[in-house]
Amino acid sequence: MSEILVLVDHVDGSVRKTTAELLTIARRLGTPSAVFIGSGADAAQAALAQYGAETVYVLDAPELSEFLVAPKAEALAQLVADKQPGAVLISSSAEGKEIAGRLAIKTESGVITDAVDVVAEGDGVKTTQSVFAGGFTVDATVTHGTPIVAVKPNSATPEEASGAATLEPVSVTVSDAAKGAKITDSKPREATGRPELTEAAIVVSGGRGTGGDFSQVEAFADSLGAAVGASRAAVDSGWYPHSFQVGQTGKTVSPQLYVANGISGAIQHRAGMQTSKTIVAVNKDPEAPIFELVDFGVVGDLKEVLPQATDEVTKRKG
Amino acid sequence: MNIVVCVKYVPDATADRSFDASDNTVDREGVDGLLSELDEYAVEQALQVAEENDGEVTVVTVGPADAADAVRKALQMGADAGVHVEDDTIAGSDAVATSLVLAKAIEKLEHDLVFFGMSSTDGLMGVVPTMVAERLGLPAVTFASEVTVDGSTVTVRRDGDTATETITASAPAVVSVTDQSGEPRYPSFKGIMAAKKKPVEDLTLDDLGIEASQVGLDAAWTKVLSFAERPPRTAGEIVTDEGDGGVKLAEFLASKKFV
Ligand SMILES: Cc1cc2nc3c(=O)[nH]c(=O)nc-3n(C[C@H](O)[C@H](O)[C@H](O)COP(=O)(O)OP(=O)(O)OC[C@H]3O[C@@H](n4cnc5c(N)ncnc54)[C@H](O)[C@@H]3O)c2cc1C
Ligand SMILES: Cc1cc2nc3c(=O)[nH]c(=O)nc-3n(C[C@H](O)[C@H](O)[C@H](O)COP(=O)(O)OP(=O)(O)OC[C@H]3O[C@@H](n4cnc5c(N)ncnc54)[C@H](O)[C@@H]3O)c2cc1C
Repeated sequence: MSEILVLVDHVDGSVRKTTAELLTIARRLGTPSAVFIGSGADAAQAALAQYGAETVYVLDAPELSEFLVAPKAEALAQLVADKQPGAVLISSSAEGKEIAGRLAIKTESGVITDAVDVVAEGDGVKTTQSVFAGGFTVDATVTHGTPIVAVKPNSATPEEASGAATLEPVSVTVSDAAKGAKITDSKPREATGRPELTEAAIVVSGGRGTGGDFSQVEAFADSLGAAVGASRAAVDSGWYPHSFQVGQTGKTVSPQLYVANGISGAIQHRAGMQTSKTIVAVNKDPEAPIFELVDFGVVGDLKEVLPQATDEVTKRKG
Repeated sequence: MNIVVCVKYVPDATADRSFDASDNTVDREGVDGLLSELDEYAVEQALQVAEENDGEVTVVTVGPADAADAVRKALQMGADAGVHVEDDTIAGSDAVATSLVLAKAIEKLEHDLVFFGMSSTDGLMGVVPTMVAERLGLPAVTFASEVTVDGSTVTVRRDGDTATETITASAPAVVSVTDQSGEPRYPSFKGIMAAKKKPVEDLTLDDLGIEASQVGLDAAWTKVLSFAERPPRTAGEIVTDEGDGGVKLAEFLASKKFV
């Protein structure tokens, strides 16, 4: 079986859930090896072993985090040239896609972004993408070079397996050309105490219909242990930070349950939530397009419906 | 300062977009097209930088004859000149090939800064800006929600998944901007009239020194195997709140084991 490289998504060694998903997918394609860029590999080792990584290539040099993605792509390209893997899996975040783009040019390989599934096909891979705001599914393949696939979060349920996760330091050289874009300041996002939006099993979001007050949306989210999301109208009005925006130019979420409150259901919003398993909406306009998507809808004022629902959920949870 | 903006002509996202069953490519005939809305933000930032730094803005598009509309819209907004690369062999190109054509076109132009949208509104890949940067050997500062240019230094704010970062690079550089970067202007009547006199250069692959075998559907390094329309979601139960809407909502969630 060929070796499949998985680029580890982590913050100082704390491995994000998407990496467990990628390792799970990689095991279907071949033998998974994790590529850990930056410091904190020791801390990450157990988590990588848990999801079946046999080898962990550790690429650690100050240049790799000081500069924007170019050095990471360069380091990864060196590893790809050396190991000749069957495929490279990267998480489909903004940064992940950029690394994928540069890597494709450097290694003369085809790239597929936003895959929701990857399976082995012949001696390559077959991917599935959900396109045009979830209106179509497309199966595609890479026909040249090493398949580089950026996979969307929540595309697989992480399955545990015990891998050796042997740490193997790899020395890389970073060219001056790759050091053109320097990160001069970085402010970590403040923790909300709620689950990460793209990883959450339940997302409760609010739109213009909140009128700027997200307290009922937040309270309902907390009763369900959910993440909070927002429409662009709510973000543009300054009611909620952009990092919580769901949709085409925000985050794509695919939770078990999505609850849209005071959101009309514009195509760009749908693009970010249409693949959710169960969809629920609260909206006072019975004609709102969001109702075309829902499994359950309440026509009503969210200011009345949400507090009552919150109380009822809390009561039922005891 | 010479500024280039890459703009894509895309099918309207609010229309019924589809695929052409004969070759699995996007149906660009049956749907009206327009300048990708996200590229308007790139044009806006380019114009602002040009206004503050005595710059010239040239827009570049790669696409079919109708893509001239995208160039025209950008000229109406205030860009100074346009370049339209049109060649039948380009049809069906993947991201890698598209980035080759764009890079070759940009090489022919004076460029201190090259602006892009964060992603197109059809393919949504968000990879072309860094691919072009890679080909041109330029640094890329991407997904900028704020852009400032001081001399030859470009500084951007980027609201990433886990942190808000400040990133700097020296021109020549590639910049991609998000829809948080500032509302694009509407073309004024004066702008619309002025655009008619602005120069648009039409280029072919020959002009760029690209072989036909390097682009198009057959040369693509990715291949669409099949596509299928997703069955519409079947409409669920809709209740009207009569004082018990919240309870009914909770009951539904309980029936689905979310509570
Ligand atoms: C290029 C581009 C990219 C975009 N990207 C995104 C994106 O990533 N995400 C996104 O969300 N949008 C995006 N948009 C914007 C999108 O087109 C819509 O404008 C936006 O989603 C509307 O937000 P909304 O549903 O909150 O507001 P509206 O469309 O104004 O809807 C508000 C809804 O709230 C209901 N309502 C009002 N008061 C109440 C109440 N008291 N109780 C219950 N319901 C109430 C109304 O009936 C209405 O249906 C994008 C647009 C463009 C052009
Ligand atoms: C639904 C769908 C899925 C696709 N999936 C893949 C895939 O997985 N792999 C693949 O290789 N190709 C794929 N393609 C083809 C790909 O979209 C096109 O090749 C396209 O030219 C480049 O990708 P993009 O439009 O997503 O660009 P993005 O990387 O999203 O574009 C970013 C920016 O680059 C500039 N730009 C992009 N194209 C042009 C242009 N023609 N002229 C001027 N400026 C431009 C614009 O500033 C734009 O905002 C897909 C196409 C569709 C419609």
